[in-house]
Amino acid sequence: MDLKPLDRQILSARSLRVREHILNMSTDGGCFTGASLSCTDLLVFLYEHVLNIRPDTVMDVNRDYLLLSKGHDVPALYGLFAEIGMIDPQRLRNHLSSTDSIYWHPNRSVPGVEFHSGSLGHLLAVGIGIALDIKLRGGTNRVFVILGDGELNEGSVWEACLTAAAKKIDNLIVVIDRNHFQANARTEELIPLDPIDAKFKAFGWNAFNVDGHDMDALNEVFSTALTGATTPTVVIASTIRGSGVPSIQERADRWFCNFTHEEVASLIEELHGAEQTTLTSETLVVR
Amino acid sequence: MTYEEQLAEIAMRDERLIVMTAENRAAIRNLPTILGDRFIDVGIAEQTMIGAAAGLALRGRVVIVHALAAFLTMRAFEFIRTDVGIADLPVIMVGGVPGILSDGNGPTHQAIEDVSIMRGIPNVQVFCPADATDLELGLPHIIASGHPCYIRFTNDVATVAHNTEFRIGISEVVHGPAQGLRDVTILTYGTMMRHVIEAASMLETEGICVQVSNMRTLKPIDVQRIVDAAQSSDLVVTIEDHFRTGGLYSIVAETLLDHAITAHVLPIGLGDRWFRPARLSEVLIHHELTSLAITKRILVALDEYPLLPQHELSIATHGSTQH
Repeated sequence: MDLKPLDRQILSARSLRVREHILNMSTDGGCFTGASLSCTDLLVFLYEHVLNIRPDTVMDVNRDYLLLSKGHDVPALYGLFAEIGMIDPQRLRNHLSSTDSIYWHPNRSVPGVEFHSGSLGHLLAVGIGIALDIKLRGGTNRVFVILGDGELNEGSVWEACLTAAAKKIDNLIVVIDRNHFQANARTEELIPLDPIDAKFKAFGWNAFNVDGHDMDALNEVFSTALTGATTPTVVIASTIRGSGVPSIQERADRWFCNFTHEEVASLIEELHGAEQTTLTSETLVVR
Repeated sequence: MTYEEQLAEIAMRDERLIVMTAENRAAIRNLPTILGDRFIDVGIAEQTMIGAAAGLALRGRVVIVHALAAFLTMRAFEFIRTDVGIADLPVIMVGGVPGILSDGNGPTHQAIEDVSIMRGIPNVQVFCPADATDLELGLPHIIASGHPCYIRFTNDVATVAHNTEFRIGISEVVHGPAQGLRDVTILTYGTMMRHVIEAASMLETEGICVQVSNMRTLKPIDVQRIVDAAQSSDLVVTIEDHFRTGGLYSIVAETLLDHAITAHVLPIGLGDRWFRPARLSEVLIHHELTSLAITKRILVALDEYPLLPQHELSIATHGSTQH
C-alpha cells in the first residue's frame, strides 16, 4: 500500500533533518557517520508509521520497544529523537561532552533509549526477554530489534534466533540494516552473509526483503510482516552506507568519521544537492 | 524445604519471579509443572539466557537463572557484565556444581575462578552458601536486595548450625569462640565448610583455639570479620575451592592492605592449577583439602610463622597458645 503524498513529504523532510544532525555530530571527536546514515530512513519510517512510541508514552507498559542492537548508529536515533520531541535538540550539541550522556553508543538515561548497547550481538536476547514478558502479561505491544549486517557475524545472534523460534515469539521483529559493510570491509568480501533471508527461514523465522530507503516499500512490507505472524519475523532492509551524502557513500573507509567544521558544512550542502565535497580529514580506523 | 520448593513458594506469593535455565534442571526438576509459563528453558544458550533475563528484568521481573557455574560465569561473562551488571538489574545467577563439586568432569567444567570474575563486576553481589540451609536462609535477602547476584550453588546437608541472622555482607562464626583472642581464625565459604569444621575439632584436640567463620557473601565482604581475624589471632587461614587469584585469599589481602594491617595468612585452596578430575573424595585427598590435611597444614604453619609483635603481648596476657 502506497503512502499518501503528504506522509511521504513529512518522512522525507524528517530524514533530511536527521541526516543533518548526524553530520553535525561527525566532528569534534566524530561518530559512526556511515552506519548512522544507512539506517536513518528505517528509523524515521518506524517511529512515524509503526511504533506507538511518543514522548508521552515512552514509559507506558503498552508501548512498543525499539532496541538498537547495532548501537553505533545512535546518532540517527538521537537525531530523530530531537525531531520528534523525545529530547531537547540542544542536547545534540553535548555530543561527547562529559556533562551529558550523548556519546558513541546508546545510554538508557536518554528518554526513548530502552537499553544500552555497543557490544554487538546482545539486544536480540534482551528483546526476547522483553517480548516474553509482554506475552506473559497478555500484551499486544511489539519488540523491534535493529541489527547491523556485520553484527550477524556474532554467534550470539544465531543462538538467540534458535531460542526465539523455539518459543514462537511472534511479537518480535528483527530489522537488519543491510548496508553491505562491516567496520572496514564489505561484508561479502570478508564474511559472506547472503542469502540472509534463507538463513532466517531455515531457523524458523518469517523473512522479508525491502529497500530500506523506499518509504512506500517499507510501508508495504511492514504492513504485511506485522499481520498474523506465528513466529518471529525478520525484515532485511537493503540500505546504503553513508546514504544521502555521495562523497562518503559506500566507502569502507568512511565508517567512523571525524570531519572538520568546514567539511561538515560542505557535506550538509551536499545533502541538499550541492556538488560533492573534497574531503581532506583523516580516515579513521577504529576497529 | 528444598531449593526448588523454596523457589516455588516464593513464586506463589511474588508474581515478579521468573525461573530460567540453560537446560540445566538438576536442582529445579519439578518447577516446569509448578511454574508453567514462568519457567523458561532457553536451551544450551547461556548468553541468550542472560540477555533475556535482562529483558525480563527491564519489564519488572526478578529473574533467577540456572546453568553450570563454569558456563554461566564464563561463556556468558560479557552478557552478565554488560546487560545485567551495567544496568544493575535484579537477575540472580545460580551456578551449579561450582568448585570441587564438579569432581570428575575435568577442567572444562571447573568453576574455580567464578568468585574472582563475578566480584569484579560492579553491582554484582556474590553469595557462597555453606550448605542448603545457608542458601535457604540467604535467598530471600538476595531477592529482596533488588541487585544482581551470583550464587555459588550447593545442596550440601548442613554440618553447622546457622544461628546468626542472615545479612548481606555479614559473616557468621560457626565454630569456636565468637570473640576474644585465639590461635587460629579460619575464614571459609561453600562446600569446604564440612571439612573445615572437622579440621577445627582436630586442632582443638591439639590444644589450638580455633574460630571458624562462614563468610556467606564474598561481595560485599564482611570487612570487620577480616580485620578482627588479623588482630585477634596468630594465624588467619583462608580455605576455599577456588584459584588463589581473586578469591577469598585475595579479598583478605586487599582488606588488610586497605587497613594497613600485617598478618600471617595461610591460603588453602587450589593454587594456580586446575584440579585433578576424580571422585570428590579423591580430589580432596589429592589436593590436601581433607580435614586431616587441612589440620596438618595449619599445624605446620603455626610452627613456621614467627609471632607478629602485636600478638606477643596478648599471648603473655591470655596464654591461650600451645605452640
